[in-house]
Amino acid sequence: MVSSIEIQSILEKHPGARRDSLIPILQEVQEKDGYLSREAIVRIGAHLGLPASKIFGVATFYNQFRFQPQGRFHIQVCRGTACHVKGSARVLDAIEQALEVASGQTTRDGMFSLEVVACMGACGLAPVINVNGDFFAGVAPDEVKKILDTYRRKAADEAQTN
Amino acid sequence: MIKIEVNGKSIEAQPGEMLLSALKRAGIKVPTLCYIEGLFPSGACRMCVVEVEGQRNLVPSCAFPVAEGMKVKTHSARAVRARKTIVELLLADHPDDCLYCVRNGNCQLQELAEELGVRQRRYTGEKNVYKLDTSGLSIVRDPAKCILCGKCVRVCEEIMGVAAIDFIGRGSETRIGTAFDQGLNISSCINCGQCIMVCPTGALREQSYIKEVVNALNDPEVTVVAQHAPSVSVTLGEEFGIAPGTDVDGVMTAALRALGFDRVFDTAFSADLTIMEEASELAHRINTGGTLPMMTSCSPGWIKFVEQFYPDFIGNISSCRSPQQMMGAVIKSYYAEREGLDPKKIFSVSIMPCTAKKFEAGRTEMSRDGIPDVDAVLTTRELARFIRMRGLDIRTLDPDTADTPFGERTTAGKLFGATGGVMEAAIRTAHYLLTGKELEHLEVEAVRGLKEVKEARVKIGELEVGVAALSGLGNARRLLDEIRAGRKDLHFIEVMTCPGGCIAGGGQPLGADLSAVRARMQALYTIDHDEPVRASHNNPSVQRLYKEFLGEPLSHKSHELLHTNYAEREVVR
Repeated sequence: MVSSIEIQSILEKHPGARRDSLIPILQEVQEKDGYLSREAIVRIGAHLGLPASKIFGVATFYNQFRFQPQGRFHIQVCRGTACHVKGSARVLDAIEQALEVASGQTTRDGMFSLEVVACMGACGLAPVINVNGDFFAGVAPDEVKKILDTYRRKAADEAQTN
Repeated sequence: MIKIEVNGKSIEAQPGEMLLSALKRAGIKVPTLCYIEGLFPSGACRMCVVEVEGQRNLVPSCAFPVAEGMKVKTHSARAVRARKTIVELLLADHPDDCLYCVRNGNCQLQELAEELGVRQRRYTGEKNVYKLDTSGLSIVRDPAKCILCGKCVRVCEEIMGVAAIDFIGRGSETRIGTAFDQGLNISSCINCGQCIMVCPTGALREQSYIKEVVNALNDPEVTVVAQHAPSVSVTLGEEFGIAPGTDVDGVMTAALRALGFDRVFDTAFSADLTIMEEASELAHRINTGGTLPMMTSCSPGWIKFVEQFYPDFIGNISSCRSPQQMMGAVIKSYYAEREGLDPKKIFSVSIMPCTAKKFEAGRTEMSRDGIPDVDAVLTTRELARFIRMRGLDIRTLDPDTADTPFGERTTAGKLFGATGGVMEAAIRTAHYLLTGKELEHLEVEAVRGLKEVKEARVKIGELEVGVAALSGLGNARRLLDEIRAGRKDLHFIEVMTCPGGCIAGGGQPLGADLSAVRARMQALYTIDHDEPVRASHNNPSVQRLYKEFLGEPLSHKSHELLHTNYAEREVVR
């Protein structure tokens, strides 16, 4: 989590800021931290003179903002038109069921986080998912478990060598 | 004045006003769901759409300014069809449980479905599933019944200056909730219930304690005592079709007895008691250089507001408990002793115009030895529901009077029900305490009326005192900011959370317009005008309570039972 000092340094870049600076500030905080923590939201509110309810309301309106830290492996599922036609909804379902999280959430062990994106510009690979920069093309729902297990093993191997 | 043509008839309109207000004045009914009189139109619900000649699309009349010669059709086939479709779409994501809903028979969505002849579910599909938020002591939120009109959000932010709730998410997943979508109990909600007053459906309602009261009434070992707040007697009648502003005090007392309450007391008695303590405290603060301006402490929404938003003003708040809590305390002490009752076997119920009173009664400092001073709070609406449940007709009951020792009141105590009333009552008694003489002209006109910010300079003997009476906490916010910035001319400030005071409280009958609130206020002024004992210090029962039990105002015993203190409150702001 971003420390209070870091939030402070972001806020200090916007002296005397008003509500029109809200989104740039939210973006900067998320850029630094990968998500918007409660502490960050409350402190941004105090800085701008806005209630936390309002900031939460604005932030939840935009898909770009997350409210949980990213997992060790961040999964992006493409729900663009081509992927949709090729059955990405079922792929998303399979991931959500396997991880027991919804889009925007992170698994309790912090291993995986899930995000739905509109298009990755890789329509030829549809339906496509992206895990920490690794692209998986033509994913079928029943392949999801295997993909996730690869990363679980990777994490376990790393834990052993450390 | 300009002229516009509506449905073939010419009507007058003021230049610059919105079409809807001209239509209303002319008695033409156009339905609305999101419109709040006096606030900037949000145009969210589109129920008020009408056809305007020359406009390609239907226009929302709440947000469309009038123009000379404009031709309007309010109920053309096209406009009515659009409204009906809107209602059908709202119903597509609305539970079908009207029979079980607290607003059954009193719901704007239900009324519109009826008026527009909706007879079938035309749009079916998946509905949103939401959890009921029962975390608060005062207010229950049911997002499944919410139609997203946004009135609660606007009242909370624009009138109350609280902003505990806002729209969350977007599209079909839009809902209304607190910061981080958590329970009201940990939010900055002050429990005022003004959101309930504007909610068109059952999405917001009071946390009901009728069941607890019924259980106590059914227990033969428990003495159940009621107290009713000053404003309830001038509003309860509306629930039974009696004209606004009718004082039903006597029949309400009779109804409470018929419901099984063992004793019926009048909170206006303890309002008199509050004045004795509060006027003494004011005099003490003025004489000893205490913290000024002193601010009233009767309104629990306001108290929580200060605790969480303006903790630096906690020292300005009068240490007096509210009349409800003073009554609660003397019932379980003086009254219990007098009647030889075990305070544990007394169930104390208060009938309040207010939802925040439920929260107040639940505060830990409002109990002694683990026994709460007030066990359950019912709103005016809940009392009406309870009366109907027992098949009582308040129009045929014989009026009755409240019980000793806490049934006798002065009209000053009664004035507590409206904005400015606590101030007026306090000035009458402070004048007597500071000068030894009664105030010559008892009516303090400067603090009367529904205006939400009233200020005056009042002469009490040699002393000139700066006073202010505010209602609607957005106004309090502005004044507190002025005082923070250095304003120093005020000595005593009355704050009531709800605009207009308790007569327009969050527990009062729904659907009252400004003229009804004005009638309720006038009813209190009429009582004050017509009765002989008009200052709290002249209440014989209050005098006796001091003589037999409390000693004098601000005595050790008074401090123990009638005063309290407040502390900064951590909430999600």
